Amino acid sequence: MTFFAHLAFVHQSALDPAGEHARAIARLWDVFLGITTVIYVLVMIALVVGLLRKREGDASRNPRSTYVIVSIAGGLTVVILFGLLIASIFTGRAIAERPKNAIGITLRGKQWWWQVEYEAAHPSNRILSANELTIPVGVPVTLHLHSSDVIHSFWVPGLHGKRDLIPGHDGSITLLAEKPGVYRGQCAEFCGVQHAKMALWVNAVSPSDYARWADAERTPARAPQTEAEIAGQQVFLRAPCPLCHAIRGTDASGSTAPDLTHLATRRSLGAGALPNTREALGGWIVDAQRAKPGCQMPSINLRPDELSALVDYLGSLR
Amino acid sequence: MNELEERALLEKTWANESGPFAWFRQVDHRSIGRRFLFTAFVWFACGGVLAALMRIQLARPNNAFLSADRYDQIFTLHGITMMFLFGVPVMEALAVYVLPLMLGTRALAFPRANAYAYYLFLFAGIMVYTALLLGMAPDTGWFSYVPLASPMFGPGKRVDIWAELVNFTEISALVVAIEVVVTILKQRAPGMSIHRMPLYVWSMLVTAMMILFAMPSVMVASNFIGLDRLVGTHLFNPAEGGDVLLWQHLFWFFGHPEVYIIFIPGLGIVSSITAVFCRRPVFGYTAMVLSLVATAFMGFGLWVHHMFATGLPQSGESFFTAASMMIAIPSGVQIFCWIATIWLGRPSYRPPFLFVLGFLAIFVIGGLTGVMVASVPLDLQLHDTFFVVAHFHYVLIGGAVFPLLGGIFYWFPKMTGRLMNERLGHLSFWLTFVGFNLTFFPMHKLGLAGMPRRVYTYLPETGWTTLNVLSTIGAGILSLGMLVYFGNALWSMRRGRAAGSNPWDADTLEWSTSSPPPVYNFQHLPVVTSREPLWHEPDQAPIVTGLAPDKREVLITRVLDAAPDHRYTYPHPTVWPFASAVITGMMLVAGLFTPWAFAIGMALLAIFLTGWFWPSNPKKEGDA
Repeated sequence: MTFFAHLAFVHQSALDPAGEHARAIARLWDVFLGITTVIYVLVMIALVVGLLRKREGDASRNPRSTYVIVSIAGGLTVVILFGLLIASIFTGRAIAERPKNAIGITLRGKQWWWQVEYEAAHPSNRILSANELTIPVGVPVTLHLHSSDVIHSFWVPGLHGKRDLIPGHDGSITLLAEKPGVYRGQCAEFCGVQHAKMALWVNAVSPSDYARWADAERTPARAPQTEAEIAGQQVFLRAPCPLCHAIRGTDASGSTAPDLTHLATRRSLGAGALPNTREALGGWIVDAQRAKPGCQMPSINLRPDELSALVDYLGSLR
Repeated sequence: MNELEERALLEKTWANESGPFAWFRQVDHRSIGRRFLFTAFVWFACGGVLAALMRIQLARPNNAFLSADRYDQIFTLHGITMMFLFGVPVMEALAVYVLPLMLGTRALAFPRANAYAYYLFLFAGIMVYTALLLGMAPDTGWFSYVPLASPMFGPGKRVDIWAELVNFTEISALVVAIEVVVTILKQRAPGMSIHRMPLYVWSMLVTAMMILFAMPSVMVASNFIGLDRLVGTHLFNPAEGGDVLLWQHLFWFFGHPEVYIIFIPGLGIVSSITAVFCRRPVFGYTAMVLSLVATAFMGFGLWVHHMFATGLPQSGESFFTAASMMIAIPSGVQIFCWIATIWLGRPSYRPPFLFVLGFLAIFVIGGLTGVMVASVPLDLQLHDTFFVVAHFHYVLIGGAVFPLLGGIFYWFPKMTGRLMNERLGHLSFWLTFVGFNLTFFPMHKLGLAGMPRRVYTYLPETGWTTLNVLSTIGAGILSLGMLVYFGNALWSMRRGRAAGSNPWDADTLEWSTSSPPPVYNFQHLPVVTSREPLWHEPDQAPIVTGLAPDKREVLITRVLDAAPDHRYTYPHPTVWPFASAVITGMMLVAGLFTPWAFAIGMALLAIFLTGWFWPSNPKKEGDA
């Protein structure tokens, strides 16, 4: 069971920042960790020395020196906390800045996947995708966060902290990737039975690669070429698939499930439930409930030849 | 009347009845307190088994040991159990038993209400564990956020069971809190003025006051969700003008103080044990008391730090960060005072004190990670990850369970007349201490490595496997420690060494009466002249005379100076509290299905309460 073995490495750590905001938070973490560790060690030393030291005199007296030491310790607590508070507020202000020239992406949380929509002035320039974001390195990207079912939380630890997607309360979060890479995240607010399998990926690429990617992504789906692909498209359109899924350039325009126009470019199926391979895709279509019990994708009954053609077709949607 | 005659008469006046139904009629605080404690520990064991199941599931990536649905019910019920069925009730239960003895009085205020609170608590656990066995336990987390808990996304009866469980346990908690407040303020031994109250008593007073202000908020929330689900209101439905964040405010206005409600009694236990096993009073009494009171007030001003990721205005973020960090000051002051006590005193390493030392080592880490999650930027990374799971287990197991294990060891001889075995006590301490840290310390790292909470499984490529395996091994050791501890308790109940009235040479009044105490607690009510009555005047302590031995008379004293005020006759055993609890329980369970349950149930309850409060013939009372 080595899903994603083709990925050399899954980057999902808050301690290995690759974005401006995550780096600011990681610096603050270092400050907090350093200071609290020193405090803990000092308190434990005081405790151990207090336990082991030699006793003399009356145990019930309260020497003046003890009052002084306890008061100093209390005073230091106040001073240190105040320092940490100031550091926290400065970092908080820095990461809250909202640049004006940011690329806008609308991210909708669904049970249990992410709908991605790149905003554009003209509707034909819209990009619609699922569970993966591609962003240019060094350019701020603002995600406009919506949910129409339950509360989800966007979290890609390598780039930034969390921001909840709350029905009735639209929010936003700005990312700025500092180095190219693939950063994984997953929903961080318990959102139902498949909360554990609601992952998303951010591909940070150079601005020129980003432009190429966006151009490719805007084009309608590749037309089927081989006989199998043509047959597969027919299967897709006859089966219940178009009720929920869209493939631009065909009559399939369902909007309640992920847009499949460029399905073959994606990393995973079912928001991290399975790797996007031919075998996994076949299994997902026939019995999605096995990989992701409770998900909205129904089991589709197909003859083996139909399934094979459909997988060929979907696999050609680069 | 000589001493022996008086004792015999008191025995007769306060005796519990015998007979087949006497169990349901008892109202004395020792019987109800023991039952309360026992039941709370049964639910604790159930919650522990659920935790072990979760650790088994997470020991391997893509594990199929538990299904997603099962796991969600289990983690929800673990949280519900530990917060609603163990954390608060067990501390109240200990107080129900210990407080009247420590205050030098013959009964807990409102003894019948106390029995009523116990039965509701018992029924609550039975209801929710029955639901688990039927596979229909709540599965939306103990916090039960809307809209996941709304009728549209949470079909079936699972969330309704959550809501009724909250009603059960909060009625119970509120009733006991009122008894605790009244007992502490009005029934202290003469001379135990407010500045002579033991620190444990202070901690319970503060806790009970917090319960009175915090619990109504969650009851409002649970009844709002009940209305949304049962009557069709849209209080939390954004499509109809409701607001989902309203839920979070109502819930956390209770949910954050809840944490303090659970560990402040622990702090009181720590003070009791530290004083006795360091052979001196706790250093800085005034600072300790002010810290407890300050914690209680500040505890109500930081609930929003559970909601940082929802997006707040900058000024709101700064305020709640500041408030959340500042609450570390009173906790810090108390830690320093305990360390000063240890420094000045003569510590003896007996098991209760070991649990206190374990508390210090663990709780300080929980406090420091609490400062971390109080910071908005850090919390945006740490929130809802395993880091937070580690943090609050350090606070709650460190701050409440370790002191409680020490406290049970400490008061066990008073309750049973027998000491727990000390060698097994040492063994259980080391197993729980090592097991605890091995279970929860790796979780800090897991959270930073990106592992969210409440996931039923994870992928091997995330690199979380090793730390999860360590954690599961730790959970095994921790379970073993708990088994040794409770095995020791059960064994010692029958076979333990006889304790005598004051085996630890302790300072507070409960140790001046026999172990276990007689049904009337004290033949002669003590008069208190110092903070440590048994250390200063053990032999010629002054006593109160003049309470009638043939009536259940209790001395009521004044709030501040504890000067005797008047005598008050307490009621006899009766079946009405049990019967009323049964009616309340039936009403709440029927309320899962129809709102009419409340209309009919309330009318029935009114009849039962009338029976409960029907004035009895005072002459007959006296004769009984």
